[in-house]
Amino acid sequence: MPAQRDDSQAHGSAPVHITVDRAHAGGPQHAIKIRARDVNVFYGDKQALFDVSLDVPEKAVTALIGPSGCGKSTFLRCINRMNDTIPGATVRGRIELDGEDVNDRAIDPVILRGRVGMVFQKPNPFPKTIFENVAYGARIHGLTTSKSELEALVETSLKKAGLWGEVADRLHQPGTGLSGGQQQRLVIARAIAVSPEVILMDEPCSALDPIATARIEELIDELRNQYCIVIVTHSMAQAARVSQKTAFFHLGKLVEAGPTGEIFTNPRDSRTQDYITGRFG
Amino acid sequence: MTDGALPKDKTAFRQGLETRLKKRYAQERRFRLYGQLAIVFALGFLVMLVGRIGLQGYSTFIDYQVTQTIYVDPAKVNAADIVGSNFDRLVAEQMLARMGETDDESGEASGKMMDIISNDFGYQLLEMVRDDPSLIGKQVTLSGPVKADAALYYKGELKRSTPQDERKLDDRQLTWLDKMQASGAVSKGFNLDFLTKSDSTEPEQAGVLGAVVGSAMMLLVTAVLAVPIGVLAATYLEEFAPKNRWTDLIEVNINNLAAVPSIVYGLLGLAVFINWMHVPRSSPLVGGLVLALMALPTVIIATRSALKAVPPSIREAALGVGASRTQTVFHHVLPLAMPGVMTGAILSLAHALGETAPLLMIGMISFVPGVPEGFTGAATVLPVQVFIWENASERAFHERTAAAILVLLAFMIIMNLAAILLRRRFERRW
Repeated sequence: MPAQRDDSQAHGSAPVHITVDRAHAGGPQHAIKIRARDVNVFYGDKQALFDVSLDVPEKAVTALIGPSGCGKSTFLRCINRMNDTIPGATVRGRIELDGEDVNDRAIDPVILRGRVGMVFQKPNPFPKTIFENVAYGARIHGLTTSKSELEALVETSLKKAGLWGEVADRLHQPGTGLSGGQQQRLVIARAIAVSPEVILMDEPCSALDPIATARIEELIDELRNQYCIVIVTHSMAQAARVSQKTAFFHLGKLVEAGPTGEIFTNPRDSRTQDYITGRFG
Repeated sequence: MTDGALPKDKTAFRQGLETRLKKRYAQERRFRLYGQLAIVFALGFLVMLVGRIGLQGYSTFIDYQVTQTIYVDPAKVNAADIVGSNFDRLVAEQMLARMGETDDESGEASGKMMDIISNDFGYQLLEMVRDDPSLIGKQVTLSGPVKADAALYYKGELKRSTPQDERKLDDRQLTWLDKMQASGAVSKGFNLDFLTKSDSTEPEQAGVLGAVVGSAMMLLVTAVLAVPIGVLAATYLEEFAPKNRWTDLIEVNINNLAAVPSIVYGLLGLAVFINWMHVPRSSPLVGGLVLALMALPTVIIATRSALKAVPPSIREAALGVGASRTQTVFHHVLPLAMPGVMTGAILSLAHALGETAPLLMIGMISFVPGVPEGFTGAATVLPVQVFIWENASERAFHERTAAAILVLLAFMIIMNLAAILLRRRFERRW
């Protein structure tokens, strides 16, 4: 896979009413899946995000980078309303998924989370069998009607997550018995099984060794063709490798966003420049 | 040598290092010694406690049965009024006759005999003759226990060497006991009656069955009420309730309730359940209600800490795939917390099992010579039985007190074993 993608030709498409978000990565073939406007997040009295406006393209990987505590995970958790589960957290602003505001009262967070799957920093499979882990989401959403359908769904999900070959003969053993990298792929399979439109990944490789990381990155690259993926990462090399669009957060603000190649080669903001060259963060 | 800076003189540093190292090792050895001493101390007390109760109580499980053929003398039984006949005296006279003695006119000898053999003989004979009057004039074989004082003599606790006026049985009675034993009529055996009979005014016929069944029924009521209510309350408070001043207040109060002396729950039960709701006093139902109130805070606290110990990543995982809050809690969090919940619940039930004070408040102190007839029938429970027997004047009840404590301990050990097994079962699901 190419380490960096040259998206400079896409730069020509006019930036619409946002200054920070320069362009839609990948050019016009990528429709906007998520449109965030003036998102502010407060944890109690503390403001964690300040007026973040960002467009996330469909069928592409968007990386959120920035130093620790800059609000990138907070922004990620706004998309599937996981912040709702934190006491004292309030979210202001609009986040549109296919034009619908996810914070709208008519949107049920449970259904939203079926459309927007999430993979967490630490692999967190349920302490159940591998099969049950993948089948759980489908079960609670009533996606399958028969046992064979469910089995087929588990198989395809595990295949998509690149785990089928390793676990096909031990589907009924505990998911917690797998290695860290396998667990993380199991968790991805679990997210895929609900057939989401968006997959959010919160530092999915930070607990993994380099080989497992490479495997996950490969997987992300494969999944890009079917899903809109947003990934938070601390590794700039990873952002450069897997993403088509990159957004740089600093101190709760979105400093700069644009095609990955451009952010890494030609950042406009000096803070972005400092961060990607390793001067802080 | 100063802190933080590297020492200049290396030999001084090395020497200092050695002394510090020695000091550290000595400290560690000392601490281990303290720990071992504490364990020896605790184990010593446990051995003393169980040993003393065991020594005091084991003799209860030995009993002496007399088997004797009795001639149902037509002269002594009024065929027209069988129930009105004095079978106790008939048996006593027959026992005397087997030893070649005859009753005197005043009935003094048979009276003395009645003091060493259980009146169970009389009951048995009465029932047999009542059911089959043709037995009058025939010989029947009866067996039953000796009286508790006589058993104490056989066990060696009542000695002939004690002056006659300081012991309960006189020389004549002791001679009879010796004769009976010599004739082979007395057999030593396991006192099954203690486990299959209920309380009685006669110590040799008193057993713990009524109390064991009473305890089990009461505990069932407690478990059925306290565990589901406690677990659900804790789940609501921990997983659903907003964290605000009201829930803080509730939490503080639950913690306080766990520390309220148990007798206060007894008073509450008396006022609310008996005087206001008219639940029958002294019943397993009212006892279970009171103990459920008492166990509830403990169950809630144990469940809450078990829920808190479930890693948040599991909640996030479930919410992340689109489970609702209720699904998250009931499919993932609560099952993972189950071992802790079970341990807490069974510990608080074991605590409730040993509780006496609140039960005295709700009238469980009464003498109940049988197995409770139902959840609203009169019942007694093991700790109260221990309390009643301990206060009895007959010496034979005191060994029964210890034996009842042994039964109570066995009950608790069985419960704790059940707790461990249940926890293992749940934990096997990782």
